[in-house]
Amino acid sequence: MQTTKRMLTGNKAMAEAIAQEMERDPSVFVLGEDVGKYGGIFGATQGLLEKFGEERIKDTPISETAFIGAAIGAAADGMKPIVELMFVDFFGVCMDQIYNHMAKIPYMSGGSVKLPMVLMTGVGGGYSDAAQHSQTLYATFAHLPGMKVVAPSTPYDLKGMMTSAIRDENPVVFMFHKTLQGLGWMDQVEESVGEVPEESYLVPLGKAKVVREGKDVTIVGIQMMTHQATAAAKILEEKGISAEVIDIRSLVPLDKEAILSSVRKTHRLVVVDEDYLSFGFTSEIAAIVAEEALYELEAPIKRLAIPDVPIPYSRDLEKYVIPNAQKIADAVVKLMEE
Amino acid sequence: MSIPKEKLLWMYQTMVKSRYYEELLVEAYSEGKKPVFNIGAGPVPGEMHLSNGQEPAAVGICAHLTEDDTVASPHRPHHHAIAKGVDLKRMTAEIFGKVTGLGKGKGGHMHLFDPAVKFSCGGIVAAGIPQAAGAALAAKQKGKDWVAVAFIGEGAVNAGAFHESMNLAALWKLPLIVVVEDNSWGISVPKTASTAIFSNDKRATAYDNTKGYYVKDNDPMEMYMASQEAVERARRGEGPSIIEIETYRFLGHFQGDPELYREKDEVPALLTKDPIEKLKNHLINEELATENELEQLENEAKHDVDVAFEYARQSEYPLPESALQDVFC
Repeated sequence: MQTTKRMLTGNKAMAEAIAQEMERDPSVFVLGEDVGKYGGIFGATQGLLEKFGEERIKDTPISETAFIGAAIGAAADGMKPIVELMFVDFFGVCMDQIYNHMAKIPYMSGGSVKLPMVLMTGVGGGYSDAAQHSQTLYATFAHLPGMKVVAPSTPYDLKGMMTSAIRDENPVVFMFHKTLQGLGWMDQVEESVGEVPEESYLVPLGKAKVVREGKDVTIVGIQMMTHQATAAAKILEEKGISAEVIDIRSLVPLDKEAILSSVRKTHRLVVVDEDYLSFGFTSEIAAIVAEEALYELEAPIKRLAIPDVPIPYSRDLEKYVIPNAQKIADAVVKLMEE
Repeated sequence: MSIPKEKLLWMYQTMVKSRYYEELLVEAYSEGKKPVFNIGAGPVPGEMHLSNGQEPAAVGICAHLTEDDTVASPHRPHHHAIAKGVDLKRMTAEIFGKVTGLGKGKGGHMHLFDPAVKFSCGGIVAAGIPQAAGAALAAKQKGKDWVAVAFIGEGAVNAGAFHESMNLAALWKLPLIVVVEDNSWGISVPKTASTAIFSNDKRATAYDNTKGYYVKDNDPMEMYMASQEAVERARRGEGPSIIEIETYRFLGHFQGDPELYREKDEVPALLTKDPIEKLKNHLINEELATENELEQLENEAKHDVDVAFEYARQSEYPLPESALQDVFC
């Protein structure tokens, strides 16, 4: 007998994790712009104000330095704040609090100060929001020591990793992809809806996931690019190429072993990113494989990412710069010919 | 309203302790830096910002605080740390870069953290204000009457973090007190050339629920009185305050500062108005203490400092590879 699966959108999965942790722990609270009545511009706090009231779901002024700094101060004093930076692109107005304070205070204090806080933020493009509202900036955050940086790609992981992030004693930058929130006013992406258990559960931070097994080539993706890689793998299957797809899920900590063991099996590597190409996630993975598994490779590593331009507005321009399934499949086919 | 004698004596002793502490630090800092000054040389390397002359700001308000109240201090933190009751031995060891230091040698003099007394400081101007506002928010959420104090220099009021934080604190009626130490100088730029208002307490009028206080002449007793009102209204949940105190920077912005921007007679004139002498005269003239009693307090304070320096000098340096620890817990 088939039981009915409980399906949730990405945003509802996140909101459910937050609600369950708020019920469990009175020191958890949320602050950020439009997190109250609006429920978060990308729905991450939907329904929470009604459940927990204004003292624990706090709308803030447009003062990212003040409210992210306040989250740091509250965390140092034993609270567990979840603070939302609406778009990751807005980090420019408050990065001092993030990288000079949130990321460094635990270290500079020799571990005597803990900052158990979550900085959640919307990332990603693909809907013509142009250069100041479409970035992912994964590598910008992952480059700076002292923050865990995670980027889940499914409703199941959004819930399980949010629960882990809230319980983590370290600052966690929790990046959710806007298009994977399953919002009614964006492109309806199949992967933005998924099975989510009602009870609370943990998905560990720092573990990659093999989302599709294969033997000819490894494709490492992140968030939306994982889904594009999976779609590419289907195209490739028709051409008789068996691609293994890894969803990295977490940049810091990085699950190196998952990548290395896959490369040892397939001997070919493609890395796909929705961030800028140079000095980024794709470079990092390529460097690790070059350092630790170079002689396993039967072909050069291929990287696909935003080609070092700001994200353009017009639909065809944006489409041109963001990797997609076809581009990934084409790259793999070329790689197999090497 | 008069100030209890034991508070006055505590303020006196704490100012003496802070002054003596920094006198020893001037000596320690200069070791290895003569005849040629090299900022990275000697037992205490790196930048060194001293607070000699600014002690009234610290003691006047910390006299009203307990271990449950938070203090966030900037790059010139020693007088605040000492007045807040930070572990002097571990603080000194940290400044000497030793493994027994508050941060196991990872922070240094600008980055001192003692969670046991809720003290922190940092090297980015104005950045401590939102964090103090967060501690004030935490107190409110926990239903406690704890307060949070952010010390800043007068240059920091022109940073966005100050205005964002004051608005937030006023909006949420947070028990936050911002103490502006106006020593007239943002490194080399005088307040008159950086700030479009004479006294920053007036900025309180920009926000509801916020009160401003101005303390002139670096007076520890006036600072005590203003702070009492600000702390009490914060504990009652009436909102934040800004206290600006006119204070004196006896030394350079940092040790090694040639101070070519200052008139030659400025510091000698300031030294004639030493707040420690002022309080001492008050205590004696009002017959609150004898010379002998004050000398005993001075000796106790100096003993604590001597012990702290001895502890720091005797402590071990951290193992180099411990640099890799404490990024995450």
